[in-house]
Amino acid sequence: MSLSHLRSIEAEAIHILRETAAQFAKPVLLYSIGKDSSVLLHLARKAFFPALVPFPLLHIDTTYEYPEMIEFRDSFTKEIGAQLLVYTNDAAIADGANPYSLGTSKCCGLLRTKAVVDGLKHYGFDAALGGARRDEEKSRAKERVFSFRDRNGHWDPKNQRPELWNIYNGRVDKGESIRVFPLSNWTEFDIWAYIELENIPLVPLYFAKERPVLERGGTLIPMESNVRLLPGEEPKMIKCRMRSLGCTPCSGAIRSDADTVSKIIEELFVFRRSERENRVIDHDQDGSMELKKREGYF
Amino acid sequence: MATATQPLPLTHFTQGASERTLLRFSTAGSVDDGKSTLIGRLLVETKGAFDDQIEAVRASKVNRSGRELDFSLLTDGLTAEREQGITIDVAYRYFSTPRRKFIVADTPGHEQYTRNMATGASTADVAVILIDARKGVLEQSRRHAFISALLGIRHLAIAINKMDLVDFSQSVYETIEREFRSLSPHLRGAALNFIPLSALDGDNVVARSERTPWYSGPTLLEFLENVEIAPAAGEAFRFPVQLVIRPHLDFRGFAGQIATGRVRVGDQVTILPSARTTKIERIVTFDGDLEEAIAPMSVTLVLADEVDVSRGNLIVHTGDESSVTREFAAMTVWMAAEPLELGHTYLLRHGPHQVQARVVGVDHRVDVANYASLPAETLNINDIARVRIETAQPLHGDLYQSNRHTGAFILLDPLTNLTLAAGMIEEITSARRTGGAREQFRSGPVTLAERITAHGHRPAWIHHDNHAAAVQLERRLFERGVHVLRLDREVPELLEAGYIVISSAKLEGHVHATVALHDVDQALHELETRGVIAPQDVQDQGEGI
Repeated sequence: MSLSHLRSIEAEAIHILRETAAQFAKPVLLYSIGKDSSVLLHLARKAFFPALVPFPLLHIDTTYEYPEMIEFRDSFTKEIGAQLLVYTNDAAIADGANPYSLGTSKCCGLLRTKAVVDGLKHYGFDAALGGARRDEEKSRAKERVFSFRDRNGHWDPKNQRPELWNIYNGRVDKGESIRVFPLSNWTEFDIWAYIELENIPLVPLYFAKERPVLERGGTLIPMESNVRLLPGEEPKMIKCRMRSLGCTPCSGAIRSDADTVSKIIEELFVFRRSERENRVIDHDQDGSMELKKREGYF
Repeated sequence: MATATQPLPLTHFTQGASERTLLRFSTAGSVDDGKSTLIGRLLVETKGAFDDQIEAVRASKVNRSGRELDFSLLTDGLTAEREQGITIDVAYRYFSTPRRKFIVADTPGHEQYTRNMATGASTADVAVILIDARKGVLEQSRRHAFISALLGIRHLAIAINKMDLVDFSQSVYETIEREFRSLSPHLRGAALNFIPLSALDGDNVVARSERTPWYSGPTLLEFLENVEIAPAAGEAFRFPVQLVIRPHLDFRGFAGQIATGRVRVGDQVTILPSARTTKIERIVTFDGDLEEAIAPMSVTLVLADEVDVSRGNLIVHTGDESSVTREFAAMTVWMAAEPLELGHTYLLRHGPHQVQARVVGVDHRVDVANYASLPAETLNINDIARVRIETAQPLHGDLYQSNRHTGAFILLDPLTNLTLAAGMIEEITSARRTGGAREQFRSGPVTLAERITAHGHRPAWIHHDNHAAAVQLERRLFERGVHVLRLDREVPELLEAGYIVISSAKLEGHVHATVALHDVDQALHELETRGVIAPQDVQDQGEGI
């Protein structure tokens, strides 16, 4: 008798979550409100049952998030009794950081990468759980489950600790930390299949409906309060959904009729395009994700 | 979430007719042997790569394949690797077919990456060994086969690649098969399966080739889809405790992942190393209580009696226990730039269990190119050797050949925190010495265990957030003759010196993990029940620990 593959990777993720709680003095779960974070949070609830999740959630708020994300964040975390912390790079926001004048690469550097590193330092967390998966992007394929960060929050891809069996080395000195990725071995398909299996609640943006969008360079950008129109642009009503969530100006929607999880899974079989394709930042420069990750991006 | 009234059926977790199982396999190879091309092709032909990723490869300036599409570009991850055309670390890839989901540990092949190969092999069920049909069985294939078998892989798929360059010659294939079979005595009984293929043209990778009419075996993908892996649930029950879950006074459960075997409510179990016995009262999950659970499920066990169980303990079936030992021989792969120092105290991590250990001798080193045993004084990066290890505290484990979970360990440097070596228990050289709490080495530098004996208590790190309580506890412990210190910095070395430290800073992973200080009497009681200090009355009778 064998476990189904979803139950195998579920058991592995729970093991990793428990190791994190046991090995670190002050862990945190980086909660981005997206589907991967939602799966991670669900697994954390399972790992410590009947106790509550024993560490707080930290949301890095760029202030460019979709309002539906914030609504969902606040109501869901309250419902499950989780402790929610929100951190924003206020200094950069006060300086007017935005993707239009800085470019997406610099903007992301300030509002996400730097905010994560600063936020973790601010609260003194020694481990940060994230929902990143190795199948998302080439440089992630080599990242450890327990991934060491030096005092500046930097990752050194060429000098990673060997990681064998399911024995994870989380020993750090003061100021150093570990990023922990319990979903390392999950694929996008696994995430959706598990969301369906476990009936995990998600931000409505993932499901198709008629939305006002801008068509920009082949990408659909939903109209939100702080999306700026470029000269000559006009919003259209298109039935679409988000395949991955980011900031309003930088994550695109795709044309879709999938308004349920099972329809999304059906679409995945047909649709052979990786989810990050609609993210503007990954294409800025060759190897751009690896650069961001070395600096601390999740 | 369900309540405990109606037990959840095990089929909630097991594979139904329409569901896939998981297979992990490793590959190893270097620049020219077509490994990246092979994996790239598997990804593309099983739709494990997305169209936009394939388009990016098509648009790339680099194409070393001489064919329309350079499949190898799909899997070359880090910038440095793309520039140098080599794979320098373990990368994990994913694809699936209707039968199975596959996790591929893709590792480099050169000798300097032996440790990466061992890492990739540690979790794999199958190894795909690449051989260039033009070159035959080279040192690299021998190394990969040896390491795969050493790390416990039971099935080797020997992919004889580049058959297109030898005109799909049956005699070339047979010569290579014969040569490889001669290595078999060194491969720990692993099953050998030979497949002639061309990764570049796709012959016998996914689809059967018409160019090998003399070959009637499966294609590589067919082999991977059908190879039968003995389920971990069929082995002896082993449950390493990761965490004690105690949300309120009415619930005390032990959380962990079943490493091997199965467990049922009512089973008689033994806790190691204490050897206390009790029964399984409940098997708790978020989805509901179970009557039975199998490896590799993550569950929480509730025991019938109030026995002392903590992180690192092992729960097993009574009558089918692991060995408890402090001396054993192990095969090790040295992974760090700093060489092995004989007699130096390292930390040995064994699942969630951690003890202090030292390597007391090197029996021999193995030359993985020709499988010869060589004498060795020390070990350097990428060396594989049989060593003898002594631990300061008892270790509960199995031989690696009988259990890949409880037979495996890593060695850490307590100062740099680096992972130094991976080890596999090969022989228990002395069973538990009974009849005394005295733990000490025979010679060499003074160890923690010896300090514990001398001080009459164990070290502990007590975390407090109340200065007055900390001062009071320090006084109470001092009056009992304890080596105690208040300190607001993290100085883990004090634990190695045998101290009990009361600190506002927290520490992880030491002999007796952090105790939270809320109330002085309660903290003293907890230190007693955890065996850190002796109960007062016993000490008054002069028995000590």
